[in-house]
Amino acid sequence: MLEIRNLQASVDGKPILRGIDLSVKAGEVHAIMGPNGSGKSTLAQVLAGRDTFAVTGGTVFYQGVDILPMAPEERAREGIFLAFQYPVEIPGVSNVYLLKAALNNIRQHRGQAELDAMEFLALIKQKMKQMEMNEDLLYRAVNEGFSGGEKKRNEILQMAVLEPKLAILDETDSGLDIDALQIVAKGINALRSPQRAMILVTHYQRLLDYVVPDFVHVLAQGKIVRSGGKELALELEERGYGWLEGAEAAARPAENA
Amino acid sequence: MTATANRLAELMDREYPHGFVSDVAADTVPRGLSEETVRLISARKNEPAFMLEWRLKAFRHWLTMSEPKWSTARYPAVDYQDIIYYSAPKSMQDRPQSLADVDPELLRTYEKLGVPLKEREMLAGVAIDAVFDSVSVGTTFKDKLAELGIIFGSFSDAVREHPDLVQQYLGSVVPYADNFFAALNAAVFSDGSFCYIPPGVRCPMELSTYFRINARDTGQFERTLIIADAGAYVSYLEGCTAPMRDENQLHAAVVELVALDHARIKYSTVQNWYPGDKDGKGGIYNFVTKRGECRGAGSHISWTQVETGSAITWKYPSCILRGDDSIGEFHSVALTNNRQQADTGSKMIHIGRNTKSTIVSKGISAGHGQNAYRGLVKILKSAEGARNYSQCDSLLLGDQCAAHTFPYIEVKNPTARVEHEASTSRIGEDQLFYCQQRGISVEDAVSMIVNGFCKEVFKELPMEFAVEAQKLMSVSLEGSVG
Repeated sequence: MLEIRNLQASVDGKPILRGIDLSVKAGEVHAIMGPNGSGKSTLAQVLAGRDTFAVTGGTVFYQGVDILPMAPEERAREGIFLAFQYPVEIPGVSNVYLLKAALNNIRQHRGQAELDAMEFLALIKQKMKQMEMNEDLLYRAVNEGFSGGEKKRNEILQMAVLEPKLAILDETDSGLDIDALQIVAKGINALRSPQRAMILVTHYQRLLDYVVPDFVHVLAQGKIVRSGGKELALELEERGYGWLEGAEAAARPAENA
Repeated sequence: MTATANRLAELMDREYPHGFVSDVAADTVPRGLSEETVRLISARKNEPAFMLEWRLKAFRHWLTMSEPKWSTARYPAVDYQDIIYYSAPKSMQDRPQSLADVDPELLRTYEKLGVPLKEREMLAGVAIDAVFDSVSVGTTFKDKLAELGIIFGSFSDAVREHPDLVQQYLGSVVPYADNFFAALNAAVFSDGSFCYIPPGVRCPMELSTYFRINARDTGQFERTLIIADAGAYVSYLEGCTAPMRDENQLHAAVVELVALDHARIKYSTVQNWYPGDKDGKGGIYNFVTKRGECRGAGSHISWTQVETGSAITWKYPSCILRGDDSIGEFHSVALTNNRQQADTGSKMIHIGRNTKSTIVSKGISAGHGQNAYRGLVKILKSAEGARNYSQCDSLLLGDQCAAHTFPYIEVKNPTARVEHEASTSRIGEDQLFYCQQRGISVEDAVSMIVNGFCKEVFKELPMEFAVEAQKLMSVSLEGSVG
C-alpha cells in the first residue's frame, strides 16, 4: 500500500529525514518509535503533505501512485488520514460542520452520494458512542476548550467517520491518562482491518500494550536504525534509545519490516 | 512561497463577478456642483419649498467645510466639480406604474445580480424598494403594507405624499451640518427609501432596498429615513453591489433611524460594491453617515453590517441612546482584500438612564487590505447606570495586510460600566493544513475559518441575508492566505 524509498526532507535547509525506507502493506500496523527530534512527526507530516517541509529526495508511492506532487486534500481524499499530535482549534466552526464537510468531500471523491444531515447525524452519533464521547462536543467549535483527552478522542472519531485506507497516528497517546488511553486504543483497534494500514508514531511503548503492532521501527536522526517485531518495543522500554544511537552510523535501510 | 500560498495568490486574482455595465440611457445633469445644481435637482423632483430651502442651507454650509482627514484611509483628492450629481434612467421620466412597466434591461440587470424582483416578491416575502442609480423603480408589497398603515417607498414619493412626516424627522438625527459628507448628501441627495411604522405595528416582513451604482461617473447620494413609532417593530435590509468600472466613484449616503417609546429597529446591511481591481484601481469610495436615535424610553436599535466591497469604507453606524432603558447594538464584519481600506466602527452615545450598548466588530484583512476599527463609547453625566460592552476582533490573512483598533471611551458618570475587549489573530497554516488533511480544499477551509470567525455577527442577520453574507465572504476572500 505504501512504499517509501530513500525519503529525504528538510526544513529551512536543515535536513530532518535522511533517507527513510519503509514498506507498509494493507492490514499491517507499524509503530515508528524514536527519541525526540528523530523525525517521527516530520515523517507523519510529510506523508500527509505538509508543505513547511521540503522533500529533497526519494519517492513515496501509495497504492502505486506517486503522492509527493499531490496536495494534502487530494491525499486525504485518496484515503490518507493523519491524527494530529496537536489538533488545532478552529473558533466558530462546529465540530459537526467540519466533519460533515470532510466526509462529503471524501465521499464525493469516491463517487459516493453525499450524506444528508439525518444520515450523517445517525452515523456520527453511533461512532461517538463507541468513543464514549459526549454528543455536545459535536456542536462545540472544533477542539476549542476540549481537554487533551477530548482532542485525541476527537481525532479518532474523525478517523472512524472518514474510514481511511492508511491511518497515520502522530503521538496519539501523548497527554492521555490511562482511561483515555484505553478508550483511544479501543477506537483504534476497532478500525484495524485487512483493508487498512496504520502507522503509529509514538515515543513510548505504552500505547503498544493496547494496540499491538505487527512491526516496530526505530527512527534516529532521520533514519530507521532498527526494525523488528513487537518485542522490539519492549526492548526499547527496558533499555531506552541510547543503545541504538550508536547504531545510527551502521544503520542500513530497513529491509521492509 | 509555499504551494499553498501560490494557489491562494492565483485565486486572489479573480475578477469581480458582478462587473458589468448595463446599457440604459441616462438623463443626467451636467457635471459639477453649484447652487444651480442643487436647484436643478430639487426642480427635477418637483419638491416642495421646504426641501429646496433645506438643501440650499446644506449646500451653503458644505461650502464652509473641508473633507475630514482623520481616517486611516489614503486616497487621491476627490474633485467635487467632476461629479455628476443627478442621473435617472431615461425610461423613468414616465414613472412605471408596476413592475411590468419597468425597463426590461433594468430587470435583467437585477437578475444578473441574483435579485429577480418577482421571485423575491413571491418567495421571500420581501418588499423591495429597488434603487437603480438614483430613482426608485419598483416597490413591491406596498399595498399590503399600506393596510397596516406602514409607509414604505421612495424618499421622493414620501416628500410628495407625506411632507409633514418628512419635514418633522428629516435631519433630526443627522443634521445637514453634521459632517462634510452628510452636508453634501443633504444638498444633492437624489433618492432613497422612506419608512414609517405606526404605533404598535409590527412590520410583518423584512423591508429591503437594493442599491446599485451605474451611470458613469455618477456619485450616488442616497438618503434613508426610518421611523418606528411607539411600540412598533421593523427589520430593514440593505444590500448592494456594483458593476466593474475604472473611475473611482463617490458614494455618500445618509441613513437616519428614529425609534420612539419601546420601538425596535433592526437595520442590516450587506455591502458589496466594486472594491477596485487587485492593484487598487477603481472601486467605490463609500463615505456613509448612519445614525439611529433611541428617542423613546425602552427603545432599541441594532445595526448589523457585512462590509466586503468598496475601495474605501468610512462608516460608523451609531446610536444615540436618549430614552431611558434604551438599547443600542452594533454588529459588524468588515473585510478588506487587495488594496481595500476600511475605517469603520460605531458610536454609542449614552444619554438616558440605564441605557445599554453592545459593539461586536470583526475585521478581516487580506492581501494589502487595511482595516481599522474606530469606535466611541460616550457616557454622559445623565446616563446613570449605563453599560457598554465592546469586542473587537481582527483576523489577518497573509503578511501584507494590517488591522488597527482605535477605541475612544469617555465616561462622565461614575455608575457606568464600560468593557472593552480586543484580539488579533492570524489564520494559521496549522488550521489550513488541518482542514486540508480532512479532505477540504484551501479555498473552502479559508471560507470555513472566516465564517467561523464571523459567526457571532452573521447570526444577527435575517436568515436569507446570512446565507448571502457567507457566500459573499467566500467570494471576496477567495484565497487570501500567504
